[in-house]
Amino acid sequence: MKRVRIGNGCGFWGDNLDAPVRLASAGKLDYLTLEYLAELTMSILAIQKAKDPGAGYATDFIDVLTRLAPIMGHLPRLRVVTNAGGMNPRACAAAAREVLARAGQPEKPIAVVTGDDLMPRLDDLIAAGHAFNHLDTGEPLASVRTRVVSANAYLGARPIADALRLGADIVVTGRVADASLTVGPAAHEFGWGFGETDLDRVAAATVAGHLIECGAQVTGGLWINAADETWLGNAGYPVAEIAEDGTFTVSKPAGTGGAVNFETVAEQLLYEVADPAQYYTPDVVADFTTPTLTETGQDVVTVSGCRANGLTDTYKVSVAYRDGFMAAGTLVIAGPNAVAKARQSAAVLLERFRRSGFTHAASHVEILGAGAVTGGAPKADCDPPEVVLRIAMRDSNRASIERFTKEFAPLVTGGFAGTTGYTVGRPPVREVLAYWPALVAKSAVTPAVSLI
Amino acid sequence: MKLPLSHIAHGRSGDKGNHANVAVLAYTDAGFALLREKLTAAVVESYFAPLGVTKVERFEAANVRGLNFLLHNVLAGGASGSLRTDTQGKTLAVTLLRMPVEVPADPSALVRPVVGERGT
Repeated sequence: MKRVRIGNGCGFWGDNLDAPVRLASAGKLDYLTLEYLAELTMSILAIQKAKDPGAGYATDFIDVLTRLAPIMGHLPRLRVVTNAGGMNPRACAAAAREVLARAGQPEKPIAVVTGDDLMPRLDDLIAAGHAFNHLDTGEPLASVRTRVVSANAYLGARPIADALRLGADIVVTGRVADASLTVGPAAHEFGWGFGETDLDRVAAATVAGHLIECGAQVTGGLWINAADETWLGNAGYPVAEIAEDGTFTVSKPAGTGGAVNFETVAEQLLYEVADPAQYYTPDVVADFTTPTLTETGQDVVTVSGCRANGLTDTYKVSVAYRDGFMAAGTLVIAGPNAVAKARQSAAVLLERFRRSGFTHAASHVEILGAGAVTGGAPKADCDPPEVVLRIAMRDSNRASIERFTKEFAPLVTGGFAGTTGYTVGRPPVREVLAYWPALVAKSAVTPAVSLI
Repeated sequence: MKLPLSHIAHGRSGDKGNHANVAVLAYTDAGFALLREKLTAAVVESYFAPLGVTKVERFEAANVRGLNFLLHNVLAGGASGSLRTDTQGKTLAVTLLRMPVEVPADPSALVRPVVGERGT
């Protein structure tokens, strides 16, 4: 039975820069996928593009491609599928073209997938009755419309498969569903459609894509039972080898660290999932309760029996809007009574902030080392030698937050004995870009594919 | 007799906007049966009350002996707007796995089988 090997060398923008190169070299891949776009990455890229029309894509990809190009020269069948295009897939593809030209491969076909960016049409769409109601609150987008910086539909695998059919060796997309980066190549290789007939196979590829989309998270990263011998320092990145019937294996290149076993795959199967029987993507509703996971070799898990649970006529839309400013700073407070002294220090800082005449919408004090992150109250006998005091604040007025960041340093001399850790200067103020999930009818969105 | 949940199950957590999911996966079929009985949505909601959770839904994935909990509004604003350190719910699973669970006097059928004897 025909099989296709798809490896994911990048799970998010900021992931290990060597992983794509190592995976492409050792993974015996047909396809390398690289995933760069977290929920709010698009809004940051939108702001970059507004300042510079040539910006707005994941620039890490260009560095990675510079190192990948020589390997691609030796592996002419290797194709790359990435959402690094972000808010500006054309500029990303143009930069990729320059890299390949410098590497002596000027003729390599590059395709661009667009159509996800709804911002230029947002007012028309709203006027036409697309309310973009918030998925949790039901509120219409009109209530924050003036503050919206980006609105992107999560496109599916079909335009990726189309791009590959056109002969692309590199496919650069904007926002697509993460799993679709894997579904696209599988659908292309096996000639799957996206109607009722191939739904179970599309669901299987969706499970495969979901399992590998976060890179090392399925090969030992975050594994509850990871230990020294798991050798995360040399963790291999994942490869899904998908057969025509949808059965697939998850593995990693031989000789690498990390682990692929029932536990690592099962943990990742449910990662960021709500109802596992209904995992919505633009390609299919996959039923994550159907696959059977079997350890079939050292660091090999076979996944079989994936079933679909229907298909939707909507795309998910990720909207980001400006929502004020925030900052967070830390100090280290050593004991005895470090927990109480940290709490008192926070009270002193917040009192001085109040006396400065500024106000704030919200603040949050955490005594790290005493249960703050996980919500547990420190026990009465909890007396750690030192704790980290972290104070965060947000407000619609940037000046308030600027002032807040200036209240940390004075505690080094005017706070309690045992205060230290003010080493990196004032904490940075950043704009809050709030996330607004919505749906839009598929008929309102037109994915487009072009070779450059 | 009580054991930490971590002796019976592994897990992982992550964010979904201002919600988070916590997957709890039993090591054995007997452990899964115990978790289905004891680890109710109400128990998890009460456990995470200090984080301001407003509602907990429980789903099952028997193929991985899993209970998947969706914790509503537990992230105080989510990845961008939350003032917390853990804006993405990364610590929720390991935190839940510290919860003491009442187990039979002989819990050997519940705990993680040693490597080599693990069925899948």
